[in-house]
Amino acid sequence: MKCAVVVFPGSNCDRDAFHVLKNVFGLDCHYIFHEDRFPPDEFDLIVLPGGFSFGDYLRAGAIARFSPVMESVREAASRGRFVLGICNGFQILTESRLLPGALLRNDGLKFVCRDVYIKVVNNRTPFTCLLEDGQVLRIPIAHGEGRYFIPDDQLREDQIVFQYCDEHGNVTEDSNPNGSCFNIAGVINEKGNVLGLMPHPERCCEEILGNTDGRKIFESLLSYFTRRHDHEAN
Amino acid sequence: MRRIEDYGLSHKEYQHILEKLAREPNDVEIAMIAVMWSEHCSYKHSRSSLRRLPTKGPRVIQGPGENAGVVDIGDGLAVVFKMESHNHPSAVEPFHGAATGVGGIVRDVLAMGARPIALLDSLRFGDLSEPRVKYLFGGVVSGISFYGNCIGVPTVAGEIYFHPCYAQNPLVNVMCVGLAEQRHLKFSKAVKSGASLLLVGSLTGRDGIGGASFASETLSRESENKRPCVQIADPFMEKLLIEACVEAAKLDTVLTIQDLGAAGLTSACSEIAAKAHKGVRIDLSCVPVREKGMSPGEILLSESQERMLLVVEKGEEERVKSIFKKWGLRATKIGEVTDDGFFTALYDGKIVAQIPAALLTEAPLVQLDPVALKPVNSSHVEIPMPNNLEEIFLEILASPNICSKRYVFEQYDHMVGTDTVLRPGHDAAVLRIKGTSKALAVTADCNPFYCSADPYVGAQIAVCEAARNLIVTGAEPLALTDCLNFGDPDKPEVAYQFEMTIDGLRDAVTALNTPVVSGNVSFYNETETSRVHPTPIVGMVGLIEDASRICSASFKNPGDVIVLLGPMSADQRLCEYTRLIHKIENILPPTIDLELEKRLQRCCLNAIKYGLLNSAHDLSEGGLAIALAECCILGGIGAVCELCSDSRADFLLFGEEQSRILVSLAEENLQRLIQLAKNENVPIAVLGRVMGDRLVVKLNGRKLIDQPVRKIKEVYESSLQRLVNQ
Repeated sequence: MKCAVVVFPGSNCDRDAFHVLKNVFGLDCHYIFHEDRFPPDEFDLIVLPGGFSFGDYLRAGAIARFSPVMESVREAASRGRFVLGICNGFQILTESRLLPGALLRNDGLKFVCRDVYIKVVNNRTPFTCLLEDGQVLRIPIAHGEGRYFIPDDQLREDQIVFQYCDEHGNVTEDSNPNGSCFNIAGVINEKGNVLGLMPHPERCCEEILGNTDGRKIFESLLSYFTRRHDHEAN
Repeated sequence: MRRIEDYGLSHKEYQHILEKLAREPNDVEIAMIAVMWSEHCSYKHSRSSLRRLPTKGPRVIQGPGENAGVVDIGDGLAVVFKMESHNHPSAVEPFHGAATGVGGIVRDVLAMGARPIALLDSLRFGDLSEPRVKYLFGGVVSGISFYGNCIGVPTVAGEIYFHPCYAQNPLVNVMCVGLAEQRHLKFSKAVKSGASLLLVGSLTGRDGIGGASFASETLSRESENKRPCVQIADPFMEKLLIEACVEAAKLDTVLTIQDLGAAGLTSACSEIAAKAHKGVRIDLSCVPVREKGMSPGEILLSESQERMLLVVEKGEEERVKSIFKKWGLRATKIGEVTDDGFFTALYDGKIVAQIPAALLTEAPLVQLDPVALKPVNSSHVEIPMPNNLEEIFLEILASPNICSKRYVFEQYDHMVGTDTVLRPGHDAAVLRIKGTSKALAVTADCNPFYCSADPYVGAQIAVCEAARNLIVTGAEPLALTDCLNFGDPDKPEVAYQFEMTIDGLRDAVTALNTPVVSGNVSFYNETETSRVHPTPIVGMVGLIEDASRICSASFKNPGDVIVLLGPMSADQRLCEYTRLIHKIENILPPTIDLELEKRLQRCCLNAIKYGLLNSAHDLSEGGLAIALAECCILGGIGAVCELCSDSRADFLLFGEEQSRILVSLAEENLQRLIQLAKNENVPIAVLGRVMGDRLVVKLNGRKLIDQPVRKIKEVYESSLQRLVNQ
């Protein structure tokens, strides 16, 4: 699986995502600068990393969506390539309308950095195929604008992939760190190849960091890709 | 013309200028000299005392004198670090004051050719019940959060204390730690004549002019009017600077890098010239400015943030410029290095200033005139024995000086970079170094109450505690940076506190072999009615050779034996208990025995290296009871301890005797630990076991504390937020 990590000015989790893909999973990984374009089939996975693209002084992701690289991302997505937006990457995906909804200022009005629990509510996606529905992951968040908002009728239920929950998997108000509607932590597009989530799976993929729950998302993707690839080869 | 005093210069200093120049300085020149000779830039009150501090060691690559200290950690790598204050700006404009404080120290580390990898903040505020203190606290924390989060450098550790002496003068000290390949380190000595000076980053504006002078005065009612002296923070620009500078530092043709901080271009250019024994010639007409009509003096003294000066081999400018262009940054040649030793500034083809660079950087020193303070006398102080120790335990646990700072550190991204192994809330933060088997431990410490009662002992304890905080993670302390916060040094009692602090630091640093490689002095932290306690904050960095052997404070396994390394005594000395419960501050602080401290630290470090320990935690504020509570809270597991002693129960539980570490270990390792302690002549006592879900402490068979861990965790973790919201 050939991967790309997009670097916007102000991205700051680009090196973290790159490290996980390359050094933890041993994948062929490349940085793509925001001004560059790439052929739509060049990469199997494109990661839009966390950070503060263009400073996010306006609205998170609002400027980044105009970057030339986003045209290539859009085209790659339309051709079924995997796109994973983490934190600021998720914000950029909603700003670009590659994902529905919007990410607003946290209801507590403060930046929040801590471990939270999320529950897998749709394991029929390439990003969650090795997980069980209802499975709970411990995963770090670090954001000031992570309150997911979408009108009731604009999201199919199966587009909700992760919900904030307590450690036992109960989706409660107390376990919602930012006021997201329906405790939504991650959503996928209708086609099922573009996932955005506020939590940071790349921050919990190594034993030394005390948590490897994030691995399962990357492993799912790898497994799905390998199966599809083998299938196509046959 | 303005009078000499308006520039903050004394007549004696002006005479010195006349002698050295052999003429009258013009308006631009005198403004430059005045700012460079401000306390903030010149260290004129502190420089001769600072020479007493040990600064050398086998691992020290660069001690004080450059932008930051540099220490060898093997594998061709170096750790680069420094701490700096931004107290005065934060007192009038907390958000941008604190934010630009982060920006400034990050650029110091960047200037050495390192990538910043961690930030630590040491903060001091008044009593949180005061509305203005709440405003300052909220502003400072959100300023740090705003800036640090955006630039993608994790804020991994720090400390906060509250005391009325900081109500008018909050302290905001920020430490930055960077990692560099040794071959890419940049030093001023590499500067050559003919090399080009490139100004990179933000435009030069009118903000922050006079910031250095402002920081060299005591605060007064008029300080509010100095708000324009505070610079505006642009962390996005800083993030771009980080990426571009890290890339540029890899080029050998970039000879050196200098941060533009206090006194802006004047300081950056004169530092480069003076340190390399060269001169500089710059054309101010080339400096990209934010607004029209800026005078040469304004351009020279602007403290606009997010700017750096690069000294680049002549003819190699375009290559460097292309790196900055890639990140959307301006890089403009504004002049070159010369042989003549002069700082020459031109504007519209005319010379507007020409002064020997060394004159700017070598302000005449001011002799301190210390008068010894009467030592604190505790002999007549009687502390009544309370009968509600369990309530007192919960009260101390909730004290803002003791309770968890989770409310604050959860507003900081402390994980970005995916290196944070031990997060905030531990004795020290630990960061693994990717591509090696190593990790770094970092901490910042200072108990200002001890320092107020006895500055000499307080300073020693600050060093020892910092080292102990590293030791308990399994790290060997390498070196330290300090940020010395005091009142007006012209006042004899402040001078005395300062001198005693330096002696205390020197003695502890010598004993523990942790040289001072960088630092900062902040004087004038006082108003007409209040003065800060002497607050020498010690930031220390330690090395863990084997990152698989990192130890933490949390109790881990039911059945593990809980052991106290160090003395069990319970002297009636200054501690959070006497301050909070009995309102007694004016008694002697705990004593410190540097030899015992050394042996204790060696004993604990070896025990961790041999894999004997499952947890280790420094005993500090709140004493044994609070340390036990913290180990339980962090581990989410209970403990039962039985103490046997004739001492007073209150001081046994809450006394802050130094040189103590609380550890837990499997029973089968106990004999080896006892042997280690015996070899080092370190007192050792078995206290109890990790078990259950309650913390139980008994003395001579009588229960003193019996509380569910869930409850003490709730008290410990919710207290600060409750105080803020009250």
